[in-house]
Amino acid sequence: MPASHSESAEFVNAFEIKSGAVNLPVLKLLSVDMEYVSSQLWQKVRQAPEFFRNAPMAIDIHSLADVDIDFVGLVRAMRDCGLIPVGLCGGAERQNQAAQAHAGLSVISLARHELPPPASAPKPKAAPPPAEVHTKIVEQPVRSGQRIYVAGGDLVVMSQVSAGAEIMADGNIHVYGTLRGRALAGVQGNLGCRIFCHDLQAELVSIGGHYKISENIDDSLRGVPVQIYLQDQSLVIQRI
Amino acid sequence: MARIIVVTSGKGGVGKTTTSAAMAMGLALKGHRTAVIDFDVGLRNLDLIMGCERRVVYDFVNVINGESTLNQALIKDKRCDKLFILPASQTRDKESLTVEGVGKVLEDLSKDFEFIVCDSPAGIERGATLAMYYADDAIVVTNPEVSSVRDSDRMLGILASKSRRAEQGEEPIKEYLLLTRYSPERVKLGEMLSVEDVQDILSLHLLGVIPESKAVLNASNSGVPVILDEKSDAGQAFSDVVRRYLGEHVTHRFIDVEKKSIFGRLFGG
Ligand SMILES: Nc1ncnc2c1ncn2[C@@H]1O[C@H](COP(=O)(O)OP(=O)(O)OP(=O)(O)O)[C@@H](O)[C@H]1O
Ligand SMILES: [Mg+2]
Repeated sequence: MPASHSESAEFVNAFEIKSGAVNLPVLKLLSVDMEYVSSQLWQKVRQAPEFFRNAPMAIDIHSLADVDIDFVGLVRAMRDCGLIPVGLCGGAERQNQAAQAHAGLSVISLARHELPPPASAPKPKAAPPPAEVHTKIVEQPVRSGQRIYVAGGDLVVMSQVSAGAEIMADGNIHVYGTLRGRALAGVQGNLGCRIFCHDLQAELVSIGGHYKISENIDDSLRGVPVQIYLQDQSLVIQRI
Repeated sequence: MARIIVVTSGKGGVGKTTTSAAMAMGLALKGHRTAVIDFDVGLRNLDLIMGCERRVVYDFVNVINGESTLNQALIKDKRCDKLFILPASQTRDKESLTVEGVGKVLEDLSKDFEFIVCDSPAGIERGATLAMYYADDAIVVTNPEVSSVRDSDRMLGILASKSRRAEQGEEPIKEYLLLTRYSPERVKLGEMLSVEDVQDILSLHLLGVIPESKAVLNASNSGVPVILDEKSDAGQAFSDVVRRYLGEHVTHRFIDVEKKSIFGRLFGG
């Protein structure tokens, strides 16, 4: 390490340990037949290879209470699909031990996220459980050529989205910097989703497949904070 | 351990090699042992700009392939004994560069040097991604025009996702903007983007502005890094850049149209 760099305070610490919450996709295992799991996993990953490439994923075995699971086979199946299995949750003591010993999986707990009741349990009628909150927060700029997709949740971008970048979410999208790229909310067809952005200069905005390209966005709405939503099948861009 | 700096851009011909040569020389002149590597396999020209093209025996690819040692391939600069050049091969094809091979060379160099400057080829293909893969710092060389800015943005996305630091979840590469071939007159006429325009699009820390200057071509024709031309505007601008990179606070220059002094007007200077 050169002298000049040790002088500037930024390089003094070799590392910091912080506690932080991370959002991980969770593979909820419903079968112990690893061949079957593997083939379905392949099909799933094939649909969106980019999104799954090197994606870390936790394994939830809550639904398979106290049965023997071939963790080694499961980890291999996931790795073969390009996924990175990072830990196990919802297991019984015996299962946890097996996973740690044989497959090198760490045991994690799903902090405060209540596990949904098993499929067979009757759903309470009076007060439906609050919809699972899943929001991805991106702090860094989203640059040209990058794509971000949040499955089953909202996307919040704290910085800018460059021209040539693409952000997508099954839920809502918030951009607190300048939005110059493309933003697609409600991509699975949820027409109630909205896009909020601090400075609209987008190439394209879309909600549930209804889109508007840059050319068709009124000049008075460029460079100002707006929200975008669907009303009677047409896209409304409104200054906020 | 050395600090690895990649000089990159996406777009070609924006001034990466000029910058690599000047940065490496500037760091070495400040007393830091510095190596500069030409990653532009097949199109080598760093050795020309450094003025050592007639002393090339072995090259980067030879070292990777184990055909020569690092010490055999490194060329010591004649003007500054802290500076060494690792030239690219003109004859080999790019396939010879591998992640492991490059990693090994950088690791070996790291034991001996304080800074390693990697002169990236243009584009976002193998040579360019390998040049930035192991970087700690990135100097993103950009010209004040839309296509160059767009390509820099693209490169920044790759730096943030495809580098070793990104893959290992380490602290991200430190990114710096270097605006080169800047002409305040043309900015004023609206023919070029201004510093503010580029900053607005890229939102990056500005390391410096290098003016469009005849001194650059003169320097490369004579094989002398322009930073050694202390009288020239570009030479001074690069000196400022090196000082800023090393943590000094140096006010930006060469951004505004120069008002000619009475002297200047009288003598046409
Ligand atoms: N500040 C400047 N003023 C005037 N000319 C410049 C300046 N910077 C670079 N040039 C000229 O631009 C050309 C390209 O410069 P250089 O070779 O450094 O770019 P590069 O980014 O390394 O190119 P490549 O992508 O081909 O590797 C050269 O002819 C050089 O002399
Ligand atoms: Mg070059």
